[in-house]
Amino acid sequence: MYKVVKKTRIADVVTLLEIEAPALAKKARAGQFVIVRLNEKSERIPLTLANWDAAAGTITIIFQHAGRSTHELADVQEGGEIRDVVGPLGTATEIENYGTVVCVGGGIGVAVLKPIAKALKEAGNTVISIIGARDKSLIILEDEMREASSELFITTDNGSYGRQGFVSNVLTDLIAEGRKIDLVFAIGPVPMMRVVADLTKQHGLRTVVSLDSVMIDGTGMCGGCRVTVGGETKFTCVDGPDFDAHQVDWAELVMRKKTYAHQEKCQLDAYKGGKG
Amino acid sequence: MGKEIGIREEMPRQAPEVRRCNFDEVALGYSVEQAVGEAKRCLQCKKKPCVAGCPVEVDIPAFVHLIAEEKFLEAAKSLKTTNALPAICGRVCPQEEQCEQLCVLGKRDQPIAIGRLERFAADYEAANVDPAGKCDVTDRRPPVANMGKVAIVGSGPAGLTAAGELACMGYDVTIMEALHDPGGVLAYGIPPFRLPRTILNREIDYVRSLGVTIETNAIVGKLYTLRELLNEGYDAVFVGTGAGLPQFMKIPGENLNGVYSANEYLTRINLMKAYKYPEYPTPVRVGKKVAVIGAGNVAMDAARCSLRMGAEEVSIVYRRSRAEMPARAEEIENAEEEGVKMDLLTAPIRFIGDDEGFLKAMECIRMELGEPDSSGRRRPVPMEGSNYIQEVDTAVIAIGQSPNPVVRQSEPDLQTTKWGGIITDEETGLTSIPGIYAGGDAVTGAATVITAMGAGKKAARAIDAYVREKKGL
Ligand SMILES: Cc1cc2nc3c(=O)[nH]c(=O)nc-3n(C[C@H](O)[C@H](O)[C@H](O)COP(=O)(O)OP(=O)(O)OC[C@H]3O[C@@H](n4cnc5c(N)ncnc54)[C@H](O)[C@@H]3O)c2cc1C
Ligand SMILES: Cc1cc2nc3c(=O)[nH]c(=O)nc-3n(C[C@H](O)[C@H](O)[C@H](O)COP(=O)(O)OP(=O)(O)OC[C@H]3O[C@@H](n4cnc5c(N)ncnc54)[C@H](O)[C@@H]3O)c2cc1C
Ligand code: SF4
Ligand code: SF4
Ligand code: FES
Repeated sequence: MYKVVKKTRIADVVTLLEIEAPALAKKARAGQFVIVRLNEKSERIPLTLANWDAAAGTITIIFQHAGRSTHELADVQEGGEIRDVVGPLGTATEIENYGTVVCVGGGIGVAVLKPIAKALKEAGNTVISIIGARDKSLIILEDEMREASSELFITTDNGSYGRQGFVSNVLTDLIAEGRKIDLVFAIGPVPMMRVVADLTKQHGLRTVVSLDSVMIDGTGMCGGCRVTVGGETKFTCVDGPDFDAHQVDWAELVMRKKTYAHQEKCQLDAYKGGKG
Repeated sequence: MGKEIGIREEMPRQAPEVRRCNFDEVALGYSVEQAVGEAKRCLQCKKKPCVAGCPVEVDIPAFVHLIAEEKFLEAAKSLKTTNALPAICGRVCPQEEQCEQLCVLGKRDQPIAIGRLERFAADYEAANVDPAGKCDVTDRRPPVANMGKVAIVGSGPAGLTAAGELACMGYDVTIMEALHDPGGVLAYGIPPFRLPRTILNREIDYVRSLGVTIETNAIVGKLYTLRELLNEGYDAVFVGTGAGLPQFMKIPGENLNGVYSANEYLTRINLMKAYKYPEYPTPVRVGKKVAVIGAGNVAMDAARCSLRMGAEEVSIVYRRSRAEMPARAEEIENAEEEGVKMDLLTAPIRFIGDDEGFLKAMECIRMELGEPDSSGRRRPVPMEGSNYIQEVDTAVIAIGQSPNPVVRQSEPDLQTTKWGGIITDEETGLTSIPGIYAGGDAVTGAATVITAMGAGKKAARAIDAYVREKKGL
């Protein structure tokens, strides 16, 4: 059992949980994730390590209320317990001093991006961040991202906050201005990552993305999380989640993420129905 | 021979048309009368040829004799001196290739049903001593405790056995398991209709009752490294991480939705209990027409699970002929009785999807057997022009697994073979790193429950010797 020591609603449909997991907190590194199973019956769901505190023995996850499992997780009370938390899973992001790195985050992807941006800054990089969401109410971690970056741009699709438009528009401008860019991280919804990947490919800018394929064990045992990268099958949970954006077979990822779309909808409806 | 040997007692089973619709155990076990009758057939051979066929050296005539004398609890106790998991081995050991193959009765008649008797004794004990599964262990526990601390990585049969043995020698043992439930393949792979989870849990509780701590959600290589375990107070480590890495065929369309590795399919159904969906919300897509590629135990389990999940047509697609099928004869028979079709001398060459990326068909080619290959089996050769297309909604790939990579990737000094098996000394299980031992599927590649247990046992003895020497005990 893993105790929830803090719970905050950080945006409209986004919850932050701080969980007691001392051994995990000691080992966590940027880019890694955990798998969480709320109770005996629950699904195992992968969530990125958004923060960790080795001294306090806690880890933090930040998640969007997407379907049944994340809604259930959001209903946990402070002081309550989560049955299973396993990690740190996945290969940590390669952090070095690249020079100038642009960190592009969309929606909940910012939760995944933040520890990476922070680690990049600590490694001496100049970090330019661009974060965005559909609407102001969905912008998360603005202060934390500002702290982790030398420059921060914010966009919303509807113009309710920051610049109106997509995160990729800002990146296009930075490139057009001739800014020196050594590496790009792009983390968010697949369509966003794809647009960024196409853009940076044209300009020959190396780009890393963090993929969120459907997982079960997260230990390399099932192959359910497989993606095609550079023509080869990779397991996101052990070979990733970071991959070279220009090598990813995006169409296949989009397709595979829809495997259970029907069941996911039925589960969510049933869960919401059950709550009245 | 003067003595009337009699015929082997048949095992009662659920009828095929009933069992193909439920996940309850197929084989129902012997009654007291059947068990005693079967046990009385044993000749009590002085040389005990059968024992040589058992990787953990169960004293077969001894426990069989106790059953014949209706001393069932003593039979169970006798079993447990060599085998910590008799209710499991009695169910899943390929006895026909092991102990029973060497039984002298088998030469002219049918061998003693050693596995079934083993199962009977273990089940009898559980039902009649303490249904909660806590067994009397005092007679196995040596008075001197505190020999040292040992960490076991992985809670499959290899890890559980090594843990049980070491606990009985007086060690403080902790098992680290990456998944949320212990048992390894016994928990995530073998379906409950072959190994009911109450029985698995009972056997795991028994290992716990010996003083073993099981830490779940502990992935070694990530949460702790092997070196850290050695540096942070463990005298030795045993690695029993199994062969969980699924192999794929590398043919077009293999990543379509609806094409599964057997591991994923069985994990969703058995470990995550998708067979109780939606009460347990983890989904799995079992279509009307399911093809399982491969013909080992794993393939049979996937095929039989598919029927129970409501598939209308389930076929095993195998590139060789019936004689080469690696699954246990009993499981092939069970599968066929339940209605699984055997598509032999056939291999898929391509999966075909619909516009949304869901599997809808599979292109296959017929094979014929040519010259023997390096394994001594006749090599299947594709018959040109025999291609055909078959409709399928779900395909399950069960062509083998390789050793799990996480531990190996985290420890560059741990020597492994080209295919990822940990290299060990055969007698002791010692790896290339002093103090670190390994056994089971992680070393041999996919094998059997009882060979994994045998390896766990050998390594436990070697670990004991190592720690004693280190500490001058
Ligand atoms: C490595 C990794 C890190 C992630 N980090 C975060 C994070 O920090 N914050 C966050 O909000 N989300 C994160 N996700 C996504 C998160 O796991 C899913 O949103 C969650 O599983 C949805 O479960 P659900 O039942 O609520 O929704 P569902 O209704 O089941 O599904 C909603 C969406 O989630 C995807 N999904 C469903 N089940 C899984 C699964 N088992 N594994 C992966 N995706 C799934 C579906 O494809 C669908 O697009 C991450 C995913 C991965 C693989
Ligand atoms: C579907 C199926 C059916 C089978 N049927 C039979 C049968 O009928 N009879 C028979 O004899 N054999 C059968 N087998 C084979 C048998 O189950 C295996 O040979 C046996 O389980 C191997 O035992 P093991 O202890 O070596 O590994 P496993 O049982 O594979 O256990 C390894 C454990 O280690 C854990 N682990 C892996 N990596 C780590 C890590 N880094 N940190 C912590 N834990 C880790 C895994 O999660 C797992 O729980 C079957 C196998 C399958 C898949
Ligand atoms: S453990 Fe397996 S091989 Fe050994 S006697 Fe029992 S059934 Fe036979
Ligand atoms: S070989 Fe057969 S008959 Fe002889 S002791 Fe063993 S089980 Fe009994
Ligand atoms: S989630 Fe099973 S292999 Fe990655």
